[in-house]
Amino acid sequence: MRYLPKSDAEREALLAELGLASMDELFASIPEPFRLKRPLHVPGPLSEKEIIDYFRARAAENAAGYTSFLGAGVYNHLRSVAADALLQRGEFLTSYTPYQAEISQGTLQAIFEFQTLMCQLTGQEVANASMYDGSTATAEAALMAVRISGRKRLVVSRALHPEYRQVLTTYAAHMDLPIAEAPFDARSGQTDLDALRGTLDQATAAVILQSPNFLGVLEAVPRAGEITRGSGALLVTAVAEALSLGAVRAPAEADIVAMETQSLGLPPSFGGPFAGVIATREKYVRNMPGRLAGQTTDAQGRRGFVLTLATREQHIRREKATSNICTNEALCALAVTMHLALLGKEGLREMAAQNLAKARYALGELEKLSGVRRAFSGPFFNEMAVEFPVSVRMINQHLLREKIIGPLPLGPYYPEQTKRGLLCVTETHSRGEIDRLVAATARALAALGRESREAMPAEAKR
Amino acid sequence: MYPTNYRYTQEHEWVVVEGQTVTVGITDYAQHALGDVVFVELPKPGVKFSAGAVLGTVESVKAVSEIYSPISLEVTEVNAALANAPEKINADPHGAAWMVKGRPTNPAELGSLMDAAAYQAFVAEKEKEEHA
Amino acid sequence: MAQPMSKATRHVSINEGLLFEQSAPGKRGMELPPLDVPPVDAGAALGPEFARRAVEHFPEVSEIEVIRHFTRLSTWNYAIDLGMYPLGSCTMKYNPRVNEFVARLEGLATEHPLQPIELSQGCLRILRALEGVLEEVTGMDAVTLQPCAGAQGEYAGIAIIRAYLADRGNPRKKVLVPDSAHGTNPATAATAGYEVVNIRSDANGRIDLAHLAEYATEDVAALMVTNPNTVGIFEQDIARAAEILHGRGALLYMDGANMNALAGITRPGDFGVDVMHMNLHKTFSTPHGGGGPGAGPVAVKKHFEPFLPFPVLVEKDGALAWDSHRPKSIGRLRAFCGNFGVLVRALAYALAYGPGMVEATRDAVLNANYIRKKLEDVYDLPYRQPSMHEVVFSDARQKKNGVNTVDIAKRLIDYGFHPYTTAFPLIVPGALMIEPTESESRRELDLFVEAMRSIAVEAAETPELVKTAPHSTRVGRLDEVGAARKPVLRWTPPQ
Repeated sequence: MRYLPKSDAEREALLAELGLASMDELFASIPEPFRLKRPLHVPGPLSEKEIIDYFRARAAENAAGYTSFLGAGVYNHLRSVAADALLQRGEFLTSYTPYQAEISQGTLQAIFEFQTLMCQLTGQEVANASMYDGSTATAEAALMAVRISGRKRLVVSRALHPEYRQVLTTYAAHMDLPIAEAPFDARSGQTDLDALRGTLDQATAAVILQSPNFLGVLEAVPRAGEITRGSGALLVTAVAEALSLGAVRAPAEADIVAMETQSLGLPPSFGGPFAGVIATREKYVRNMPGRLAGQTTDAQGRRGFVLTLATREQHIRREKATSNICTNEALCALAVTMHLALLGKEGLREMAAQNLAKARYALGELEKLSGVRRAFSGPFFNEMAVEFPVSVRMINQHLLREKIIGPLPLGPYYPEQTKRGLLCVTETHSRGEIDRLVAATARALAALGRESREAMPAEAKR
Repeated sequence: MYPTNYRYTQEHEWVVVEGQTVTVGITDYAQHALGDVVFVELPKPGVKFSAGAVLGTVESVKAVSEIYSPISLEVTEVNAALANAPEKINADPHGAAWMVKGRPTNPAELGSLMDAAAYQAFVAEKEKEEHA
Repeated sequence: MAQPMSKATRHVSINEGLLFEQSAPGKRGMELPPLDVPPVDAGAALGPEFARRAVEHFPEVSEIEVIRHFTRLSTWNYAIDLGMYPLGSCTMKYNPRVNEFVARLEGLATEHPLQPIELSQGCLRILRALEGVLEEVTGMDAVTLQPCAGAQGEYAGIAIIRAYLADRGNPRKKVLVPDSAHGTNPATAATAGYEVVNIRSDANGRIDLAHLAEYATEDVAALMVTNPNTVGIFEQDIARAAEILHGRGALLYMDGANMNALAGITRPGDFGVDVMHMNLHKTFSTPHGGGGPGAGPVAVKKHFEPFLPFPVLVEKDGALAWDSHRPKSIGRLRAFCGNFGVLVRALAYALAYGPGMVEATRDAVLNANYIRKKLEDVYDLPYRQPSMHEVVFSDARQKKNGVNTVDIAKRLIDYGFHPYTTAFPLIVPGALMIEPTESESRRELDLFVEAMRSIAVEAAETPELVKTAPHSTRVGRLDEVGAARKPVLRWTPPQ
């Protein structure tokens, strides 16, 4: 087998040195009743070519060749092949967690740079080396606020990504943390801050808002921060579309930022692996979960980097740790660091500006269609809830026939948001593709209009 | 080495009475076992602790240790200097690195603690065990 | 006399500062296609309350500078591609390159998790295939691929146990954890709302059954066990332990970190395990990448299926679909379905071996025992039971000269190897935990043995050399105390 660097002769020789007659004798300490007496029933073995053929065949059963306008927490953005070439270097790909600092300075310096970039983007004072993803970072940020405040109640905006909300519920359940909900304003799509104020009490540890929120609308973070802190709680701001920070003001007034960095250099990859990050004020650093790289010197005064403040972590605190997290998303965070290094200050600004332009162009063209309009009035980056005169699901059926994946219907997540869908337009969509979306939508509406005139009105409730 | 007017616990804390207040810290044995101290977490004034309750924690790079209150007390003062200079704990554990001052709520408890000679012997036993 | 080093020599490496230190206004590394729609003024579009001019002090460097920056940084790292990592419990095996290739395929890397299910059948078939492989390897009935790492898998596993017991009327209060356990185990139990009770290992490093019988009271929910345990020894009484627990209504959780000793030889489902997790970045070769990403699938016996995290992969009308209607589920662990890219790599690994996976297990155990044999006369071996895929020595002999396990580990760096795991498990003071994996050739093993024997000689004859190691690296031992006292966690622009 090509991954095993031994010949049978070499195995024999090693066994002889051990005084054993066969490989089976190596397992003598396993009681006989437990030993598997048959080969594993698993597919393979396959040669390299057959493996590639297998996965190519699976790839062909997916959405290659379709143009997607989905966002909702996972975003299509341009990436440079230079970053991927660097990422595949064996010294990065196949290296271990940098516990042995002297031979991991490459990884550690890159983490230090990542931490710095995250602070610059979020306007916070310190950031960690990565969490699993945005959803778990949000949940961990909430738990962090509970630890810091000593209080036990959470208030969550209804406009938080529904899957993030489900994750938060899972994590909160075992710690007996009640979660109350603050509504969003039906006109603006922003969290209703007056209603929010009404839900706060002395038991509230944190308020959790997302910006841009699930509906694509930017939240008024400074005012939310004031209201939250006014009742002694902490403001956690989740960011799912990190590229927005290239055009949108940083959430510096949040006490803790929980961000998904997928938009900044990671492929969608059917949902993972991504890289979350927690960024916060320096005074909270000892309550923060996840690894941290710190700058220091050796005995000769040479600058170097080490994992630090490890006493927060599982391998030392064990049951008193800030989190049980051990493995994180280091290689993904490294990909983000490389991507941001290539994009740079100007590239980030330009990419974000292209998103603003493309989304507004698409909206403008779509609103020329009768009955189509943006559902909310609040400011947005590249994602919008669009209202249609008929069911989004039915429109999408038509769009699929033209190899377009249309807006994500909102109805399944928010029952009152019928006939509305989330549309995300990025720099990856050419004008031609956007025009095609609009034309296909027009055709879909026309066909559905005809159908509903001809048949009994039997619209799906979307 | 261990001040004769102090009293000591098996968890390596010391306590000394000065008038109506007591002062608490950790012993030289403790700081040596920890190694270089990087951080110490202490309570706020006004909080009450019973004997044996966790007062705070002291951290080195690779370990965290709890500090147990030698006797029942109410905290009146905390050594603010340790926040920026935790290394004092290694340098002067019985003096400048005092951790907490308080008002004892049950002074009789002092009687059950070890005196300097007894603690010295206790520590010597521990060191013998470790090198066995 | 210590031997001259065969594996490594010094070489010149290039210095490199921080990205921010090379930044100059106007430089950029990536250019975008021109905007083909009317431009929009950000300030006008977002308004003064929301607009941002640019990210202050963000780096500005060219493409060549970025390539050189990260290439130079990479040369400061050790990696599996360079040589053996003898890290116990980490299973640092070869990361096959075809895995990287297939994970990047158009049609896999490009897929959106919320796209129509009819257009995701390829992804779902990959997940179903991997579930099947893991069910078979573990001997369990159902698998969830959602957890992002071993620790998250553990959390899910204990949460599943809790939900199952709560469903029966009483979640109970305590979880038993051996004192030899990895730190994630007690951290996990605490996060899941349980009180952790440490139980002792016996003189052979295995779970003390009498102790277990005493501690497994009616308020104990589960025992978390690693098998082989963290001293590399198979827990022979594990089925008996399962009986004791089951007799009290408690459950057996297995930390599957050491599956590399078992795959194809024995199956946890066959020896009494109720719930377990695996680390795909260990047994299934997915790359460590400097600290992740990983994946921590959880495998359970049939009666725990209702409690699995949602969504669950099911077959419906001849196609695969997600089922989120799971009223007894512990909930969702993360957005979307898991670290799909990692799962692709794990399946590619499994397909490469097929049933031959057992050969890898055999070679892993052979290698560990070979190292044990070649070093047991110079390093103290506290547990004399047969080793499986890893062996644990202690620094007892070298300690007499003031040389401890950390010193030996640091000196190993000069010989061209990454250190083994030091100071873990906690039950072995001064531990040297060594796991070579099946990926090591005889030549590499012999170089490792030679290095370790040479260091043993140095520890006896020239201890100062070992105590001040490493001597050949770019930086010497770094001031970790200073880094913790006054943490500097980011670059700041000069004032």
